[in-house]
Amino acid sequence: MKKTILTASALIGLAALSLTGCSSSDKFPNGVVKVYNWGEYLDEDLIAEFESEYGIDVIYDTFTTNEEMYPKIEADPSLYDVICPSDYMIEKMIQNGLLSPLNYDNIPNISNIGESYLEKAEDFDPDNTYCVPYTYGTVGILYNTTMVEEEITSWDVLWDEKYSQDIIMQDSVRDAFMVALKRLGYSANTTVESEVAEAAALLKEQYPLVKAYVIDEVRDKMINNAAALGVIYSGEYMICTEENEDLAYVIPEEGSNVWIDGWVVTSGAKNKENAEKWINFLCTKEAALANFEYIGYATPNMAAREDIDEELLNDPGIFPSDDILDRCEFFLYLGEDADNMYYEYWKQVKQQ
Amino acid sequence: MTKKSFAFPYLFWMIAFTVIPLLLIAVYGFTDRSSGAFTLSNFLAISTKEHWSALLLSLKLSLISTAVCLLLAYPLAMILKKTGTSRTGFIVFLFILPMWMNFLLRTYAWLNLLDDGGILDRFFGLLGIDYRSPIGTTSAIVLGMVYNYLPFMVLPLFNVLSKIDENVVNAARDLGANSVQTFFRIILPLSFPGIVSGITMVFVPALTTFAISDILGARKVLLIGNIIEQEFSTASNWNLGSGLSMVLMIFILISMAILNHYDKNGEGNAF
Repeated sequence: MKKTILTASALIGLAALSLTGCSSSDKFPNGVVKVYNWGEYLDEDLIAEFESEYGIDVIYDTFTTNEEMYPKIEADPSLYDVICPSDYMIEKMIQNGLLSPLNYDNIPNISNIGESYLEKAEDFDPDNTYCVPYTYGTVGILYNTTMVEEEITSWDVLWDEKYSQDIIMQDSVRDAFMVALKRLGYSANTTVESEVAEAAALLKEQYPLVKAYVIDEVRDKMINNAAALGVIYSGEYMICTEENEDLAYVIPEEGSNVWIDGWVVTSGAKNKENAEKWINFLCTKEAALANFEYIGYATPNMAAREDIDEELLNDPGIFPSDDILDRCEFFLYLGEDADNMYYEYWKQVKQQ
Repeated sequence: MTKKSFAFPYLFWMIAFTVIPLLLIAVYGFTDRSSGAFTLSNFLAISTKEHWSALLLSLKLSLISTAVCLLLAYPLAMILKKTGTSRTGFIVFLFILPMWMNFLLRTYAWLNLLDDGGILDRFFGLLGIDYRSPIGTTSAIVLGMVYNYLPFMVLPLFNVLSKIDENVVNAARDLGANSVQTFFRIILPLSFPGIVSGITMVFVPALTTFAISDILGARKVLLIGNIIEQEFSTASNWNLGSGLSMVLMIFILISMAILNHYDKNGEGNAF
């Protein structure tokens, strides 16, 4: 009796297996693609659209920081097929052989991407061998016009004692140091220890004035009027002003960081062609437009821009003009030793 | 089927999720980040000023919150021992109830209560009182630790106190001890295993926490847990993070050794 039950359940199990096996290959005849993206960085309806259009099953995971993503890919480059890191991280991954050159025959929609952005991306990806730009933007100060009456032009305001406990800084080493280095007139990519030390001293001086060092929460805090000034990525600005009309964004005169996040294919990708189809899909006008509306980060997709409001296109907070961009610089990958140096100084900043 | 084979799933579990991860941490902790050669530098890094002061601050805050938990929990456990059984169950249930919700959510709730523009701020604003948010200070972190770990102190204390035989207490009374004497000579010594167990169960998670200090400390306060977490998440230096977490494990082992010394029969265990 027991045996029959066992056999029966085993048979049922097998049948179930083969059934699911059938249906998944029916639904997705073209295999899978493993996507690794920032959190809240894609209109997720697009996943289902891509799956039905291309017959490819999308396995979608997200990360919070470039630094969290990197060790995973370094340990196993076949873990994901297609990833969306930032500029300096793309440079680091190229140097360490973790990326695979793109076959542009599979990405005809690259023609939608503005020529000037491809040119800028050559700063970290010569000849656009590895990366298709996805979003770009700046880092600046988001401020509440009911609490800050003066016109902000400089990073100096983040050291103004008037705003003690009303300042929010980024809890990310490079972003925090960029603010101090730019205020001192140095490059945000300096590896000169004395300059980094000077910037660290400046950040230490700022520490008692800072209300919080944050990663993602800056948006909530600014919307809730919990602080007057916050250092923020430009893409967050559009969402913030939709919720709280008193907020304004400025890119200080000393210059700032400009960044590009782009799609790359890993060197160990098991589904390289599907990965390129994914990139090509995101380069369509429709996908880029949906993403712009969903995540609020500037898109380099010129076709999509035709359908974006003039008012938004002219807002330097969202689409910074060329003369603003000229003041800003990309983060470059500085190498492990310089990275460690920044990080050691950063730990000193937060000593009470 | 021998009895031994029943142990296999547990053996597998322990090897896969305890032994192997610990070995991996040891491998990372003992190797150099770039060359992969054997090194002790990841351990010795604890002696740098930043790491050492973060460790001291963690020790200080977790000791304070353990002491506060003990002072709050002991009278409560005494009260629970005295009240009738049906009500006791209900009160213990009330204490455990919040634990059904994720502790990060409960900690974020504190953030929303205490933060500028939060509920307390608005309440005091209505009364015209100037409110200074404690968010970003060590006291907010201690509050979060006490709030989150108090049940871990209450349960072992309650467990051990309720097991004390009433006859022992009555005997002390019969022999002329007053209530103060009874407490210090009878109840307190008998509840010692519960105290030690409660202390360990609060002290260890408080020492290693990084979430509470991230949320309520506004990332302005670096505890040793934050340093380790950041070595893994933002600095991409798993070797240093592993070395430092092994140093932290030594502190935990010490507190476990103290627990075993005083609580040989495991009487104070809550679960």
